[in-house]
Amino acid sequence: MGMLLILGLIFFFVILIPIIIYNSLISKRNMVDNAFASIDTMLKKRYDLIPNLVNTVKTYMKHEHDTLTEITRLRAKAMNASPDEQADLDKKITGLMRGIMVAVENYPELKANENFMHLQASLNNIEEQIAAARRAYNAAVTEFNTSIQIFPNSIFAGMMGLKPKKLFEIPPEERKNVDVGSLFNS
Amino acid sequence: MKTKIEFKRFLDTQLFPKLIALDEDRKYLLKKYLIPVAIFVVLAVLSFVVFMLIQGSSQIPLVAMFIFVIIAVIFYFSGKSEINLYKYRFKTEIIGKLVSFIDESLKYVPNAGILEHEYLMSNLFLKDPDRFHSEDLVQGKLGKTEIKFSEVHSEYKTQTTDSKGVSKTEWHTIFKGIFFIADFNKEFITNTVILPDIAEKFFGSFLGSKFQKMNFSRGQLIKLENPEFEKEFAVYGNDQIEARYILTPDLMERILKFKKESKKELYISFLASKMYVAIPYKENLFEPKYFKTIIDKQMIIKYFEILQLVTGIVEEFNLNTRIWGKN
Repeated sequence: MGMLLILGLIFFFVILIPIIIYNSLISKRNMVDNAFASIDTMLKKRYDLIPNLVNTVKTYMKHEHDTLTEITRLRAKAMNASPDEQADLDKKITGLMRGIMVAVENYPELKANENFMHLQASLNNIEEQIAAARRAYNAAVTEFNTSIQIFPNSIFAGMMGLKPKKLFEIPPEERKNVDVGSLFNS
Repeated sequence: MKTKIEFKRFLDTQLFPKLIALDEDRKYLLKKYLIPVAIFVVLAVLSFVVFMLIQGSSQIPLVAMFIFVIIAVIFYFSGKSEINLYKYRFKTEIIGKLVSFIDESLKYVPNAGILEHEYLMSNLFLKDPDRFHSEDLVQGKLGKTEIKFSEVHSEYKTQTTDSKGVSKTEWHTIFKGIFFIADFNKEFITNTVILPDIAEKFFGSFLGSKFQKMNFSRGQLIKLENPEFEKEFAVYGNDQIEARYILTPDLMERILKFKKESKKELYISFLASKMYVAIPYKENLFEPKYFKTIIDKQMIIKYFEILQLVTGIVEEFNLNTRIWGKN
């Protein structure tokens, strides 16, 4: 009886608990990877919209030619960039896009163009989805980081070589959740 | 949004004359039917008490009780159509006017309500109701947003059999209050549910969230970054990203603000581009009084405030901002 109990305890502590911890850590790590992949998908979706946007606005916008060429160039670069470069390029693209959207105010005809209005809505939508994907990523990272730092998980995490992951920096304008509506007057 | 002054003027000039006229009807109904019904019910109860006191040695009180009950029923049924008419007039002339005062485009139908399948669609209350009742439907379009809401009462029953083999049916409320449905300003497919957070209030954030995770019938727990929001609500969904696409930092703030202002527990659900909000109320709303005067400012102000609060959801949650490709 005593022997059985000891065997049971050994099974519980040496085999069962490590398996549970191992599985939960792996599933959390995969959640992080998965969330990261969705940001990527969303960003690609946005890149797909850029050529359309550039084509629509370039006939109207007389003074922003340089900006438009720059966006096209950055987009082409971002399509084949490594994740680190991409983050940087993405920041630049976002900044330029915002600039264009503000400049649209000077072109009432463009503002009324149906094609443009449709693109604008799609862009707003994709921006919201990117923001959502980043927040989901951060939530997954936070959960992963917590789970590898608490005891006894920390011991296993050390053995498995799991390290805390960095949170996505959310640009302040996204954190504020700017009212794009007022910007576009729609 | 109507101002207090506008409402006061409307109350004095439009509603008050109607309330005074309706109150005359009420007094008439009271004298002719309701007081007699009440008297005979009391007499029936008294007869029964007497019957119990004399321990059944005479059958007379029992016979008297039956006669009184029958008379009360006859009085009630002879006045039923007039009582219903009074109720209908109160609803259309007072509540209906109140609704169209808030917004011309809103329509009020006293006898209609949110349908049971719409209620079930929301996934807010998982227990299947055995009895479902809804009334006082308000619907229309506020700006770009289609809305409808009504009073809803859903119940389930339990049956117990005691040792003598007598079975007893009991009804329990699942939800009672106002059920609101609006067309949301973004497209989405999956279900996201926001419930009042009971676990986290009792057990704190760490243990509480462990308990929340164990709520298997609800899909994944969505942990959001707004700590105040997390303290008040537990969010469940089928898609981590879509849930955040709906619940932007801005909307979370708006929901918190709405909760504070309404001082009510809120149940909110999002499914297939629709938003469902359930706000519990204990009492049966928008009903006329029978035994007390209806020339009662407080009552009308209360109904107005409730209607204003619910229709205000559109503004409060910014549902008319349609910049994400959905019209």
